[in-house]
Amino acid sequence: MQMRDTKPGGGETGYWTWHMVAGVVMVALLGLHMTTMHLGGQTGLFVAHPAEQAVSPANSQARDASLALTVGYVLLLGFGLYHGLFGLRTMLLELTLRPAAEQALTVALIVVGLALLGFGSWAAFAAHKAASGLAAPAAVYVGG
Amino acid sequence: MTPAIAPGAEITFHVRRYTPGKDARPSITAYRVPLKSGMTVLDGLYYIKENLDQSLTWRSSCRMGVCGACGMLVNGSPRLACNTQILEVARGQITLGPLPNFDIIRDLVPDLTSMIEKHQEIMPFIQREDQAEIDNPDGEYYQSPGDLERYLQFSFCIKCGCCMAACPTLATDIRYLGPMPLAQALRYNNDSRDGGAALRTSVAASRHGVFRCHFAGECSRVCPKGVDPAKAIQLLKGQLVAGYLGLGRRKRPCTKLGPASRR
Amino acid sequence: MATSQSQSRAGSPAPASTERYPNRLGIWGWLGGGRWGIERYAYALHRLTGLGLVVYLVLHIFVTALRAWHVYLWAAGGFFDRPAFRVGEFLVFAAFAYHGFNGIRLVLVELGLAVGKPFEPVYPYKTSLRVQRPLLLVMMAVALLFLLAGGAEFLGFVK
Repeated sequence: MQMRDTKPGGGETGYWTWHMVAGVVMVALLGLHMTTMHLGGQTGLFVAHPAEQAVSPANSQARDASLALTVGYVLLLGFGLYHGLFGLRTMLLELTLRPAAEQALTVALIVVGLALLGFGSWAAFAAHKAASGLAAPAAVYVGG
Repeated sequence: MTPAIAPGAEITFHVRRYTPGKDARPSITAYRVPLKSGMTVLDGLYYIKENLDQSLTWRSSCRMGVCGACGMLVNGSPRLACNTQILEVARGQITLGPLPNFDIIRDLVPDLTSMIEKHQEIMPFIQREDQAEIDNPDGEYYQSPGDLERYLQFSFCIKCGCCMAACPTLATDIRYLGPMPLAQALRYNNDSRDGGAALRTSVAASRHGVFRCHFAGECSRVCPKGVDPAKAIQLLKGQLVAGYLGLGRRKRPCTKLGPASRR
Repeated sequence: MATSQSQSRAGSPAPASTERYPNRLGIWGWLGGGRWGIERYAYALHRLTGLGLVVYLVLHIFVTALRAWHVYLWAAGGFFDRPAFRVGEFLVFAAFAYHGFNGIRLVLVELGLAVGKPFEPVYPYKTSLRVQRPLLLVMMAVALLFLLAGGAEFLGFVK
């Protein structure tokens, strides 16, 4: 009989339960994000300057200036990374890898996830700090 | 209703043949088989073996859909050969192959050892705390019709392997337990006489256990006995999550009837 | 018990070969291997959209992090304001619409809430697939509505 690799106290059941929770939270948060960015013309959600596009720099800076939205972005990032990387791990685990490779994969995805979460959170709060200190939209670079 | 058949009608059986030690890989051999109304795939195979090619090899036994021996790939779908009317699935051609996701021993005979070993891993037997009581029973266990209905459906499994062949996860993941063992794990967990759910959890909730199922549902579509392993697996996931969140009902193995009962 | 006299017969046939031929479907099995269950294709598409979304997410983190340096590549007239990228954006939106609403169905089903209860099977069998089929259709309809609403804005019908 092959060894079954189960940790006591949760293990796969716990990770999967949080994957489901993150999925439900994502439908709400990412739904809000998609609505803001792509249905902004129809809903006006979080659009401070309705005359411009929802994704214009002025509107982006207005959202960054709000602490609540910045925290919301960080939550969206955290839940999204967990849900996405767990899903990626699921797909890769089903390709019959050696147990050592499976463990290495899990560790690698945790490291990548935490790194991206750290970087994204830092950028969100840096943008928040920059935007909340401005009286008018600052000079921007669009790379067109 | 199968259509009326002209006398002298024939159908071509394209059978995936493989002889170990002789063939490098499987190949298709065609046989012309006379067609009669009500003929099953198994009837066709017997005709080929008796009249056309004695070397054709497959497993079968009861020829009535209760033993689970004749599972094979019929026109791309895992089915029991004895239970499949030729005219329900084909017109002029029918293609047979061994069940996928298992190694081929020969011709249409798959190596089901992996399925049997995985089945053994989930401990498919009643477990109770008192081993002496199991070894020397002195009374009957009480079980209501409601208790029976919670696991009866999953006890109809005949271990034919069709669900394992249809599962997309097993197509790539050799270690995945598979629909049949997981459905049987739930069958015993839901049996009111059993107290071994905690032991089965450690197997079912492993890295290649129940959470590698994603409800493609093919197992339930192909099951010849209506066991609905997909339903069993989702119910098992629900039980595991409830246990993780501390919402699970504490299940006690059912009491014994009789004057000697102390429980 | 009589002893068998056939045990040490000379010239007995050679033992059968124990070679096994591997017969796993591989990734083609994810797509159905030629079979037609709609839930199986829903599963394959859920995987595909999920993979697309996670790849997009990683790139998106880096692109949007640039706003900390006042770089907004997605603005009107910006680097990403090109038809090719706009189409790509719509595909991401579509992927979310499908993945999210199918995901809600999967959360309900995989927690055992939308599959029905065990019962004694009587032929013709009514499986859990039939029980959750209405939920699948409703979720697809909602996803389509969401997609059309988004499509209207992408195509410029609204603002």
